[in-house]
Amino acid sequence: MEHIAIIGNGISGVTAARHIRKLSDKKITLISAETAHFFSRTALMYIYMGHMKYEHTKPYEDFFWKKNRIDLKQGFVSEVNTGEKQLIFADGSQLGYDKLIIASGSKPNKFGWPGQDLPGVQGLYSKQDLDMLEQNAPNNTVCKRAVIVGGGLIGIELAEMLVSRKIPVTFLVRESSFWNGVLPAGESALINEHIKEHHIDLRLGTNLVEIHADAQGKACAVTTAKGERIECNVVGLTAGVSPNIDFLKASDIDLGRGIKVNRFLETNVPDVYAIGDCAEQHEPIGNRRPIEAVWYTGRMMGETVAQTICGNRIEYKPGHWFNSAKFLDIEYQTYGWVFGEKGRPEYEKHFHWRHPKENICITVAYHAATKRFLGMNTFGIRMRHEIFDHWLTEERDVHHVMEYLKDANFDPEFYTTYESEILAAYNQEMGTSIRPKKKSWKRIFSHS
Amino acid sequence: MKNIQRIGLFLFLVGLGLFTALIFIGDFKLDQQTFDQVVIEKNIKSELFIETLQNQVVDQSFNGMLAFGPKITSALATANATHRKNKEYKKIIYTKPHDMAALIGKKSGTGFIAENKGLMWWLTFGLGIIGSLLFIVPNVVLLGPKGIKNNGIYLENATNRGWIAWIVFFWLVAFYLVLYFRAEYAVNWTYLVDPISEALSGNPAGHWFVYGFMYCVVMVVMGIRMYIKYRHNKYQLIRTTSVLFFQIVFAFLIPEIMVRLQMPYYDFKNAFPLDYDFFFQWNLKSLINSGGIGIFILVWGIVLTLVVVPVMVYFFGKRWYCSWVCGCGGLAETLGDPYRQHSSKTLLSWRVERWLIHSVLVFAVGMTLMTLYSFFAETSTVLGIKTQTVQNVYSFLIGAVFAGVIGTGFYPIFGNRVWCRFGCPLAAYLGFVQRFKSRFRITTNGGQCISCGNCSTYCEQGIDVRAYAQKGANIVRSSCVGCGICSAVCPRGVLKLENGPLEGRINPKEVLLGNDVDLMELVNRK
Repeated sequence: MEHIAIIGNGISGVTAARHIRKLSDKKITLISAETAHFFSRTALMYIYMGHMKYEHTKPYEDFFWKKNRIDLKQGFVSEVNTGEKQLIFADGSQLGYDKLIIASGSKPNKFGWPGQDLPGVQGLYSKQDLDMLEQNAPNNTVCKRAVIVGGGLIGIELAEMLVSRKIPVTFLVRESSFWNGVLPAGESALINEHIKEHHIDLRLGTNLVEIHADAQGKACAVTTAKGERIECNVVGLTAGVSPNIDFLKASDIDLGRGIKVNRFLETNVPDVYAIGDCAEQHEPIGNRRPIEAVWYTGRMMGETVAQTICGNRIEYKPGHWFNSAKFLDIEYQTYGWVFGEKGRPEYEKHFHWRHPKENICITVAYHAATKRFLGMNTFGIRMRHEIFDHWLTEERDVHHVMEYLKDANFDPEFYTTYESEILAAYNQEMGTSIRPKKKSWKRIFSHS
Repeated sequence: MKNIQRIGLFLFLVGLGLFTALIFIGDFKLDQQTFDQVVIEKNIKSELFIETLQNQVVDQSFNGMLAFGPKITSALATANATHRKNKEYKKIIYTKPHDMAALIGKKSGTGFIAENKGLMWWLTFGLGIIGSLLFIVPNVVLLGPKGIKNNGIYLENATNRGWIAWIVFFWLVAFYLVLYFRAEYAVNWTYLVDPISEALSGNPAGHWFVYGFMYCVVMVVMGIRMYIKYRHNKYQLIRTTSVLFFQIVFAFLIPEIMVRLQMPYYDFKNAFPLDYDFFFQWNLKSLINSGGIGIFILVWGIVLTLVVVPVMVYFFGKRWYCSWVCGCGGLAETLGDPYRQHSSKTLLSWRVERWLIHSVLVFAVGMTLMTLYSFFAETSTVLGIKTQTVQNVYSFLIGAVFAGVIGTGFYPIFGNRVWCRFGCPLAAYLGFVQRFKSRFRITTNGGQCISCGNCSTYCEQGIDVRAYAQKGANIVRSSCVGCGICSAVCPRGVLKLENGPLEGRINPKEVLLGNDVDLMELVNRK
């Protein structure tokens, strides 16, 4: 029986394991040094905030693995010998495999800041990071202030977590506005305001220079490029993540920033595949980045590689881009491509609407010449994935999207809807006179 | 703000403490005239009982129901036992001992509590309400900007099965035990609400009136908590308003007013088989003897169960009843909301749930068939089994212990829908309709699920919502009561309760939206 070893029990590795099991009878070993069972990484924040316990973040009950004959092995792979097809563990033990899937995920970035390895300085990625945070910042008497460095999705999550325990937070963001490498200006501004609404000390355009230690050698303050010194007990480093591939340095596997893979998620070594955060495409797919550290893409790669492993060799060919996040109280969804100021193609034009009082806004991206709909960012309004996926496939123009926008609303029943206001603003800005189509359940359900 | 909350908590505890103490304190004195009246009213033929009470109770002062009650219950038990032994069946008293103690106790209260009903109301209910509101209302500010605020639920004693939760558990269980099985200890409580009862129905309050009134008060106070906690979510606001309306108007006010108008006491929204004694002989007789209104109620009760309920479930799902109208659901959605996360999500508990709830449904229907057969055939037994016995077993096991003591008492430990999930026969019936013939579903939004588990954790019915959402499948489950909290707590906007065509409602998928369309086609078509 062919033995498939999978390094990493995150969403990518687990999805691959599940699908291989659905398709075949192969022996599967799922290896992790992090936790005995799969848990949802995106839910770590909720454990600290007290919304859930660790058990609740496990998507499958513990009996699931045995029932589905997926062997779980806890251990840290320190070396991969592709010639002998052996995994060598930190404790010296070995495990042979016939095919290997590497889904080892990411690790937080550190950019060589002085003091970045002091006690009290940490990232937020793994279960161990969460346990460490529980030690470092159990409450606001132990941790009187925390400084977070890096204004991305993990940074704002960490800020929300600490604020939930009433710990004062200073949030250093290198950019001039929160996450504006990704978000258009209007949306980024909305989030800036919302961060401040939660009494988080947001410092835009501020770089970290150094982390200082106290007499016990623990982090006690940071200095910024503006020369300020901020006293604190915890420093959160959340300036992005990079592939967790150090254990492969001595192997024959081709590495760039991540593990180099082709469109079939195959590495240069036969029978070795890489998926999820740690995989790096030779050529970016469409507008995507060569390394996609996103839950959904990890899952898709897992779905895809399982086919290849089970004899149906298939390219990783993701559909239309989508993503989501939550910024404190504001939900965010995106469908298709909407670029921030940075890297926005010449042809991409935006229509932006923001509610006068509520934390609600949308941005619609369209092609300046053809008026083709390119994508939509939505904040505080939930939208239907299926509908946008169809519009993007059908290459609808932006007028069509605005006309049928009511079909795409996914807010709970009885919510106030804003399509009419949005369309009125759109008509005014574009000089059009589109009238909104009434929501049609027939159209909505014909797509799903 | 924190200080206001502390004062509120203190006032609430004082009110609750005094309310609890009322079980034990108070003066009781049964005077001769009142006793004679009781003997006539209850048509008591047992000289032994009358004599025992004359000697041991009448015109004597007792301090606390613990001294007074047992005199009556033991006198009654001894008298009945003696009469049974001597085959003096005509002298047997059929009023149950604790009901007799409650009845006589109610007429015997003297002293401060019985004479200062208004003041005592303020010191118990009043302090409780004011205290709770002082505790709850500051959250408008303390919770910060509107949104889901579940911070600390698993870090706090009260909501994480700590000792506070256990105390609440014991208090609630004890409260329901008093209510169902030791009504005489609730006598002091009835004095508090006598003025309200007299204003509504014209009669002094019994312990069930206390319960009804308290139910409304608790729901309103905890409903205000819901309004504040979910103030960003219109579905929750409207749904909370709906359950409050149906509880106060339909379950509480209308039946009381009907009594005043010489009509039968009836809650128009309480559908059989949740209303399990609707077809009991005494009820059918009382309805038939009540003229036009009685017949109307009889017809309505049957139409409600056979037509209104399933048709509404077809269009809206069982939520229209379970989380918008029902009293049990109303309490679960208000008082029970802080405990919703404790419903077990394991596969095992789902198995137990299906066996248990469907057994209760079979029990309820079987009992009712026996009852109807007995009624029309004018016999007291069916196949050698006494109908009355089956009814008593159901009333005790299901009506009192399961629905009351366990159903609400277990909130702080096992979640707020123990009864609705494991026991309610009406929920089982609605569940069939919802699962097999309804437009209702919780739609999963394409591939957006991140398996975080908030939806499953906060599902009060113990549905593993995530198991469906992470497959891109709609949630179509007989037990879903459509409270909408899974949708509310979802951080990625994945879930939406909605009604739509039956076709494509159940849609399990192997590969989720967002991946290669050819792969999706290949795998999902199989």
